[in-house]
Amino acid sequence: MTVPYAEALQEFEPVIGLETHVELGTASKMFCGCDTTFGADPNTHTCPVCLGLPGALPVVNEKAIESTIRIGLALHCDIATWCRFARKNYFYPDMPKNFQTSQYDEPLCTDGYLDVEVSNADGTLETVRVPIERVHLEEDTGKTLHVGGATGRIHGASHSLVDYNRAGIPLVEIVTKPVVGTKHRPAEVAKAYVAELRDVLRGLGVSDVKMEQGSLRCDVNVSLNKPGDDWGTRSETKNVNSLRSVERAVRSEVERQAARLRQGERIVQETRHFHEDTGLSTSGRSKEEATDYRYFPEPDLVPVAPDTDWVAELKAALPEAPSVRRRRLIEQLALSALDAEAMTNAGVLDLVLATVDAGAPAAEARNWWLGHLAQTANSSGVEPAELSITPAQVARVVGLVAGGSLTAGLARQVVDGVLAGEGEPEAVVATRGLAVVSDEGALATAVDEAIAADADAADKIRAGKVQAVGALVGRVMKATRGQADASVVRRLLLERLGVTE
Amino acid sequence: MAEITRAEVAHLARLARLALDDSELDRLASQLDVILGAVAKIGEVSDAEGVTPMTHAVPLENVMRPDVVVTSLPRDDVLAGAPAAEDGRFRVPRILDDET
Amino acid sequence: MNDLTRLTAREIAAAIAAGETNAVDVAQAHLDRIAKIDGQLHAFLHVDSEGALETARRVDAGEISGPLAGVPLALKDVIVQKGVPTTVGSRILEGWRPPYDATVVERLKSAGVVILGKTNMDEFAMGSSTEHSAYGPTHNPWDLDRIPGGSGGGSSAAVASFEAPLAIGTDTGGSIRQPAAVTGTVGVKPTYGGVSRYGLVAFSSSLDQAGPCARTVMDAALLHEVIAGHDPRDSTSIPSPVPPVVEAAKQADISGMTIGVVKELSGEGYQPGVEQRFAEAVETLTGLGAKVVEVSCPHFAYALPAYYLIAPSEASSNLARFDSVRYGLRVGDDGDRSLEEVMSLTRAQGFGAEVKRRIILGTYALSSGYYDAYYGQAQKVRSLITRDFTEAFALADVLVSPAAPTVAFPLGEKLSDPLAMYRQDLATIPSNLYGGPAMSLPCGLSDGLPVGLQIMAPTMRDELLYRVGAAFEATMPAPVPPLDWEA
Repeated sequence: MTVPYAEALQEFEPVIGLETHVELGTASKMFCGCDTTFGADPNTHTCPVCLGLPGALPVVNEKAIESTIRIGLALHCDIATWCRFARKNYFYPDMPKNFQTSQYDEPLCTDGYLDVEVSNADGTLETVRVPIERVHLEEDTGKTLHVGGATGRIHGASHSLVDYNRAGIPLVEIVTKPVVGTKHRPAEVAKAYVAELRDVLRGLGVSDVKMEQGSLRCDVNVSLNKPGDDWGTRSETKNVNSLRSVERAVRSEVERQAARLRQGERIVQETRHFHEDTGLSTSGRSKEEATDYRYFPEPDLVPVAPDTDWVAELKAALPEAPSVRRRRLIEQLALSALDAEAMTNAGVLDLVLATVDAGAPAAEARNWWLGHLAQTANSSGVEPAELSITPAQVARVVGLVAGGSLTAGLARQVVDGVLAGEGEPEAVVATRGLAVVSDEGALATAVDEAIAADADAADKIRAGKVQAVGALVGRVMKATRGQADASVVRRLLLERLGVTE
Repeated sequence: MAEITRAEVAHLARLARLALDDSELDRLASQLDVILGAVAKIGEVSDAEGVTPMTHAVPLENVMRPDVVVTSLPRDDVLAGAPAAEDGRFRVPRILDDET
Repeated sequence: MNDLTRLTAREIAAAIAAGETNAVDVAQAHLDRIAKIDGQLHAFLHVDSEGALETARRVDAGEISGPLAGVPLALKDVIVQKGVPTTVGSRILEGWRPPYDATVVERLKSAGVVILGKTNMDEFAMGSSTEHSAYGPTHNPWDLDRIPGGSGGGSSAAVASFEAPLAIGTDTGGSIRQPAAVTGTVGVKPTYGGVSRYGLVAFSSSLDQAGPCARTVMDAALLHEVIAGHDPRDSTSIPSPVPPVVEAAKQADISGMTIGVVKELSGEGYQPGVEQRFAEAVETLTGLGAKVVEVSCPHFAYALPAYYLIAPSEASSNLARFDSVRYGLRVGDDGDRSLEEVMSLTRAQGFGAEVKRRIILGTYALSSGYYDAYYGQAQKVRSLITRDFTEAFALADVLVSPAAPTVAFPLGEKLSDPLAMYRQDLATIPSNLYGGPAMSLPCGLSDGLPVGLQIMAPTMRDELLYRVGAAFEATMPAPVPPLDWEA
């Protein structure tokens, strides 16, 4: 039983909150020297420290502190002059020490904001300021594989298998304050926030922010209240791991809560699990019986007291904020407001700009991202930004076309190859054998065969009906699997038949 | 200080993942009472107000390591002490939903 | 040579260096003695004959040299040694062989120290009698019916009974000093952060400190220098040079020093015989040219309660990792029980009563709603105790007290009374809370049983302990147990 989103938001005011976990892209783990590279064989990136072996001790990764401070600065936070790590005590098999080394009441960064843009009903863009409560540093957990149940689910599994490669990778948690005043578009604001945050993080170079690999993960809080009333009871939807899902999670929660409230039922403060397949969430543990984490200052680590000069240096060296850069590029490229908005709505503006940054002409970049790539993303149910092709790769494909080594048709095949995980564009060209055949000697055979195969057409051409050449060009293109340049083929055919235009 | 009930000890035991039987819970409840009675004396320290809690006996700050990769343990060593392993991973009994 | 096991560490090293004996013979003599008497004493949980002889052979081959090369040592089973069983006195780690060496072990190995094996201890170092070992108690060589102190009773008993000239202990609330006191040996808790904790299985991280056990002050100093020093793998390790402890032990001169007698570390709870030997020791120190003053440390009265909140709290967290997943015991995995059930059964059966008691106490003290009144308040008191020390050290160079309030008590006497057991640490705990170094060394017998003199110094002034200790020792050589029980 749900109330449609738009209708729900006419009746209720939403308050949302987001907790985002970001795996930092450091070379080594948070408290030990183990490699953080994704995808290694299970338990090969582990040591006494990240396995929680008796006697092992943590030492803080300096780069992780630096990255967290830079994130804090980019989000306009205050940076602590003195803070500590704390132990968050609870048992779970993917957590080797059965406590997580985290930060509790003394986070590294507090009290900032992030401005995000959402479009209004009339198509104009509006800036919404999302207030940031805190940014703190902690460690990631291992990964558990559930065996014997349905499709890897925990429920019904006979046993589980644990891999600690991910355990101890530095994890930054970015927590918003309650976001009020999102009116008719809390879901859109939530999505725009995560997208903007992702761009900020990418711009800082502190994380690869790949949602599909879990290096950026979101928990979404939603509550509704009648205008004028106090805030409602909130639910927390865990592990929302794509931009699209962030939007869907807020949307479905608004619809669910509105229906309950309308019927006079109360909202239970609880954790909900989001299901990517259905876009719906189901009830998890009730927060009312929440475990007691027994936080206390981590005695194995000493306080972190960032030097103010160092923080000032980091601040001075921050890259241009994505939103600023975006506005600058829109001006530089003379994009029309309408064009910019179309790209924003399709979620490709930054991708287009990044593709331009990587050397592609604006028109080509626009065509790719609003065309073939947007369609591909749509048909596979992901955001364009989540496609496994980077703006730099698109720019290189554009470059290959401009240089004559790819035709438009071939370029599309190359892009599909990259999307299918076949590697860099150049590698796809090589392995799929997609380079334009520009060797006229190699084409001569195909030209001769085409003439021999369709004598009628050849005769007509010789007789002056030049337009009949189309059929022969088609034969050659087919024979070369599209790898020939059609204009070259046409010229060769006409030369061979002794005809000039 | 308040008396510790068996139910309270049972709650603590659950938090600490200790499967204690009733007699153990009872014994611990009464022992905890005695011990807490003795340590409750600490509340009498009147000049503790405003004193900074001491977490560390060493006056150190900013102890960090450079972000450099160090060789991990060989996996055979990692799994050698495991009660059960399978496919290069630690094998554990089924996990109840929502233990986090 | 005569009985090699009767030599001090310094004598052994000198004899090996001079070619009068060799490391293999020394190691074998100690292994033979262990084989002969440890059935009665039970100081060792594991004897590593092969590893010991291998190191000894390398010393004899000239591959390793140094002031303690070839000297045998007993290692408390709380410190991990690669490939050698490490149980921490607990069933929960039975059979575990660590895949890495503690920093202390690395340093011992590179100094050519011959590690004979792992010594018995109260489970997870929680206790003052070694009776809380899951593998049965260790007996005091002075009287087999009495406790050897704890938690490091195995290490002290091994040293006192000539099974080893040196041992490593760890001291969280007195686990080196109280056993040293009741076995008539020398035990030192260095400044917190002076010796790396990397590879020391944590009981209470902010208090644990490894240190030397020996029969002479000089031997303790030699071992101290080998194991101390900055370790980048321990964030709480002090990045300063090791205090000149061997130099101080040689100096052994205390004329002109001011020694403070702590008023609060006497009276109720201290046996008259212990107080008498202590009073005589203070007279001796005066006779050696020191000026003795009385100092007051009013918050020491709260040291025991603060300790019994801080240590169990940290322990409840440190011991959470023993969960049947990655190493150690697993109980009740019948294919039907959930992980949570198996974990809880394993921990209930794998931990002994004292460990469970402290886990529950610590879990309670850290709980929301109780944190401020217990853990938070205890840490404030810790600050006040530190302030007491600072003020006392403005009046005196070192402080002295009895190391343990009683002589060795009979096995079983305090097992059913946790609080009585906890009170064994009355005099030793303040230094742990403060972080400063402290030593226990023999100061005579009471009723035929050893009494320990405790010396406490400011942080990173460990050399003062050795200076005072060596001067005192010169007036009163270490007592030798009658060992009349030997077969």
